[in-house]
Amino acid sequence: MARLVKLYEQIEHIKEQYFIRNRNAEENRQHENAAAVKIQSWFRGCQVRLYLSYLHRNATVIQKTWRAFSARQYFRQRVKTAYFLMKMNFYDKMAVKIQQRWRGYYVRKYVHNYYARKRYLEALTKKNEQVRRELEEIAEHQKKERERIAIEREEQEKYMQAQRLHFLLSTKQRPGVFNSPFRPEPDEMELRLRTVKPLRTRSAPKETATNQQPSGFLSSIERLPPIHKTPQGPFRPAAEVQRQRQRPLEPSLRVATSITALEEAREELRQREWRTRLIDQPFLPFSKTHRNKEYEPLLHTHSPYHQKAYGAKHFREENRAQLQGKQPFKTVFTTCHIFDKFGRLYSNAGKIV
Amino acid sequence: MSQRHVLQVFEQYQKERMKFVQTVSELATRPQNVETLQNAGVMSLLRPLLLDAVPTIQQTAALALGRLASYNDDLAEAVVKGDILPQLVYSLAEQNRFYKKAAAFVLRAVAKHSPELAQAVVDCGALDALVVSLEEFDPGVKEAAAWALGYIARHNGSLAQAVVDAGAVPLLVLCIQEPEIALKRISASTLSDISKHSPELAQTVVDTGAIAHLAQMTLYPDAKLKRHVFSALGQISKHSVDLAEMVVEAEIFPAVLACLKDPDEYVRKNISTLMREITKHTPELSQMIVNAGGVAAVIDYLGDSRGNVRLPGIMMLGYVAAHSENLAMAVIVSKGVPQLAICLAEETEDHMKAATAWALGQIGHHTPEHARAVAMSNVLPKLLSLYLDTHSSEDLQVKAKKALKSILQKCTYLPALEPLLYEAPSNVLKHVICQFSKVLPHDSKARKLFVTSGGLKKVQEIKAEPGSALQEYINAINACYPEEIVRYYSPGYSEALLERIENYQPV
Repeated sequence: MARLVKLYEQIEHIKEQYFIRNRNAEENRQHENAAAVKIQSWFRGCQVRLYLSYLHRNATVIQKTWRAFSARQYFRQRVKTAYFLMKMNFYDKMAVKIQQRWRGYYVRKYVHNYYARKRYLEALTKKNEQVRRELEEIAEHQKKERERIAIEREEQEKYMQAQRLHFLLSTKQRPGVFNSPFRPEPDEMELRLRTVKPLRTRSAPKETATNQQPSGFLSSIERLPPIHKTPQGPFRPAAEVQRQRQRPLEPSLRVATSITALEEAREELRQREWRTRLIDQPFLPFSKTHRNKEYEPLLHTHSPYHQKAYGAKHFREENRAQLQGKQPFKTVFTTCHIFDKFGRLYSNAGKIV
Repeated sequence: MSQRHVLQVFEQYQKERMKFVQTVSELATRPQNVETLQNAGVMSLLRPLLLDAVPTIQQTAALALGRLASYNDDLAEAVVKGDILPQLVYSLAEQNRFYKKAAAFVLRAVAKHSPELAQAVVDCGALDALVVSLEEFDPGVKEAAAWALGYIARHNGSLAQAVVDAGAVPLLVLCIQEPEIALKRISASTLSDISKHSPELAQTVVDTGAIAHLAQMTLYPDAKLKRHVFSALGQISKHSVDLAEMVVEAEIFPAVLACLKDPDEYVRKNISTLMREITKHTPELSQMIVNAGGVAAVIDYLGDSRGNVRLPGIMMLGYVAAHSENLAMAVIVSKGVPQLAICLAEETEDHMKAATAWALGQIGHHTPEHARAVAMSNVLPKLLSLYLDTHSSEDLQVKAKKALKSILQKCTYLPALEPLLYEAPSNVLKHVICQFSKVLPHDSKARKLFVTSGGLKKVQEIKAEPGSALQEYINAINACYPEEIVRYYSPGYSEALLERIENYQPV
């Protein structure tokens, strides 16, 4: 109770105290409130700032990642484009090169080739030169040939003339027409006359039956023999002499027959047989075919290109040293004319003693 | 009266007939006697003698008839009307070779005058007989028969076709191969006459293998044979490309060029004709001949010969040049243009000049280079004078104008164009000015030269209708020069200056 009593005692004090305190509290409230607000605001500020910075950090991460991603994407795009462009340029360049070559080739081949044309024209000029030169040469040659022939003909004519005029040749006693004594030198014709032989009097041309036209009655008349004057003196008539001189040779039958008559006749027969033969291979009957079998020569011996070794090969050993000086064995004796050489022969290989 | 006396009368008669026929045939060789003979009724007298018992009289009568008939076509007609031909044709098959020769001679003499007479010869069945005598052994008969066939065939296509139908061509080709030169000549000429009419006939000749034989004979020394051979080849090749190629395939080409130097001018003419006929077909054939050096040879030939024989050579150059610019250039580098210029100056006949002008036009119309080459040889004034000459024939004028025009349209060689400014009529001047207006804007040296040589002055003096092409060209030229210079060279400028002096008031 005491405590109650004490409390009661102190109530006043407590009341006072309460008032005081209230007052003090009222007095300090503003101040404290402000302080509390300050503290709170600071704290809240810190808290929010912390949160914001947290958010920022997060945003940065997101942005960083996004930006990196898109930038990479963009870069890749750029690279792709650049690569594509590079490639395109390269291809274009190569295409230009190909087109260049092809167009050059095409144009040169089908449209116009300057250098080929130039070369062609140069070659043509050269060819023309050559043709001109050759033609010149040919013409020159032909001209010379013609001149030569003309000169020859002229010469021939002069020669004929000289032959015809040979009787005008001057003699020792009397100068000829072409050898005027009033001139220092004889005429050219005179010199020519000296060299040529006079023309021989021709005999009558022989009758050729081939080119003579058949005529109605003229051909039937025989040509008369030439009339000769009878020469003075004890001569036989000229005709007789002539006849005797031109009498053909009359050989005996033995002489007239050719020495090769037989061979010729055989040859002639053979030729005729060969000419008239219709079938070269004779027809052989079927029976006895074994008899009709022809001998087939060996290829070696038959061909004109003999194999030399065939038949010439020796497989026997021969001692040449031993055979020295030994006469070969003779299988054939020389023939002897029995009757005129009879008794004058020895049989020593038919040698005449 | 013994038997001898009786026979003597006959002999006398025979002798007199013989004498008559021989005298007539002698007289018929002279043209002045022919009319007298005709008036004396020689035809009616000769006709019975053709049937005489003595062969010599027969053939002499035929000879006389042939000579008379060859003299003029009246007599030839008289032979036809006198019904002599059937007799001849009949005896052509029957008689001996001398008579055959004479009969073929008469047929030839009749046939040569006109197509109608030749047709009359054909109608009486002469062709078969002639073809049969082509198979004769005697070369003289063959020659006469081939000759008669040739005279028949040369008139027109249908007659030639008749000859071909009679089967003459293979025999003629055989005749070519005979050793006798005269026979070769005549058969080559006959083949030429046959093949000249149409491609079909030429093809028939080719089909019998004539070309190979003809080609072989191109190197014979005989000039007359070569004439006919080249003429035949030319006539064959003129028709079509195929035939020309066949001729070329006979490989005659570099070898026959030597014949262009032959002394005989007809050989040269015929070979150049052959080359012309071959080149005119295709560029390839022309090229072949150019490559063989044919153009150079032809140009030399033009230099060697005078007159009409040049014509085929000139035309050949024209044909070659017409095919392509390359070939035209080949003609130019073969020095063809100066030679053609010489021909143009030397020749007097209009058709030769026309051909030369045409050939020059063909050479010059390809490119400026060609035109320049042509212009350099100074042919343009000559062409212009030919065009303006009133004595030139119409054809020559047309050809010269065409050539001039085609060359001018390509020509950029101004020194050659300038003389034309002063002489040319307006229709040519147009082209000249056109060329100037094309060249001057791009060539300063030429501009200067154009002024100093007085060309500009001349251009100002030209009176062109406003709005015409000529005026446009003049304006284009004036545009290349400063205005004062144009005004200075305009006509009437000095008066204008004087007027200005009068009007000028000193301050």
